[in-house]
Amino acid sequence: MDEGRPIFQQIAERVENDILSGALVEEGQVPSTNEFAMFYRINPATAGKGVNLLVEQGILYKRRGIGMFVAAGARERITARRREQFVLEYVAPMLAEAASLGIAPGQLTQLIDTQLIESQLTEKETR
Amino acid sequence: MNTQTPVIQVDGLSRTYRDVAALKDVSFTLEPNIICGLLGRNGAGKTTLMRMLTGQDFPSAGSARVFGQDPVENSAVLQQMCFISESTRYPEGFQARHVLTGAPWFYANWDAAFADELVGKFRLPLKREVRKLSRGQQSALGVIVGLAGRAPVTIFDEPYLGLDAVARHTFYDTLLADYAEQPRTILLSTHLIDEVSNLLEHVLVLDEGRLLLDQSADSLRGSASAVAGRAGDVDSFAEGRQVLHRDTLGGLATVTISGRLTSADRVAAAAANLEIAPVSFQQLIVDLTTQSTPQPSLASVVYE
Repeated sequence: MDEGRPIFQQIAERVENDILSGALVEEGQVPSTNEFAMFYRINPATAGKGVNLLVEQGILYKRRGIGMFVAAGARERITARRREQFVLEYVAPMLAEAASLGIAPGQLTQLIDTQLIESQLTEKETR
Repeated sequence: MNTQTPVIQVDGLSRTYRDVAALKDVSFTLEPNIICGLLGRNGAGKTTLMRMLTGQDFPSAGSARVFGQDPVENSAVLQQMCFISESTRYPEGFQARHVLTGAPWFYANWDAAFADELVGKFRLPLKREVRKLSRGQQSALGVIVGLAGRAPVTIFDEPYLGLDAVARHTFYDTLLADYAEQPRTILLSTHLIDEVSNLLEHVLVLDEGRLLLDQSADSLRGSASAVAGRAGDVDSFAEGRQVLHRDTLGGLATVTISGRLTSADRVAAAAANLEIAPVSFQQLIVDLTTQSTPQPSLASVVYE
């Protein structure tokens, strides 16, 4: 767990990550609040808060007496929101760091292109 | 949850031993079925508070109520409580198994099968005299009684002196699992703040007899940041904010700032070449309780 942020938010993010990676599938059941609490060694109320956050956002839904499930369309909703955050969390800091290192905007796009090609090449090799 | 009647209600509680004020005007309420941490330095008044809650000591002023009643010599209340203290003494010749056999007399919800399971988990020798058990084994015995007692209000005072890391994690895991199945109010006093911080839902911090903090663990987490950079830049950023702690190294400074930073704050900090890092739960408590002037440890005056 990361020290700076409320744990319930981090739990919600981890569930989202699992949905994005396909570890949790839409309409599939997710672990219970107590199972989350045990697994991450956190207070069950905190785990419950994280799960409820996702229920409010329509990522998870509750089936009475059965448990918690991933909502249809959850993956798309998470992706859309994370794309908005991507600019704020990754692109903006990268631009700031590039500016402080004196990397010109032209050089920056070139660096990204080169990196993309390289990662595509290594992907082919590993296949 | 806020609509439930508090299980513990403390109002203006003070305790003075001769000229030493162990608790000064402490007031708080605890809702039922939460795990609450009671944190603070040695001599902060933690044990005094727990003794008041369990009817083993009397207030000099104010009141401590459990289930709405005064716990002193109140068997209806005390049967619902379990206080595991590091200084519990047993009579000579008393073996660990005697403690477990006698436990159902004191704890209405005692679960003997669960106690047996825990004896195995903690590898506690049952036929040895309690006085001859190692410090860690004595702590394990206390932890077993506290968990298997399943008292609606369970209070642990430094329950794991001498317990190794494996045994401590066994304690945390068992506590969480059992609490999840059978929710109850747990008050946990400890110095190992980093180890337990994720288990806590609520935090009480005592400092020199006063209640310094009474808030949810989640709201405390991330409520302070460490800002580092050139001393001048750091100080102008810190101006007008509550600074909990300040360190300098040559021309560099690090300050711990109370309060959540807004994204505008972060942008301003980045523009001034300042680095922002989260402050750990434990570090925050340490910073909060080192501000005031140190006094001789009260614990050594009052106990033993």
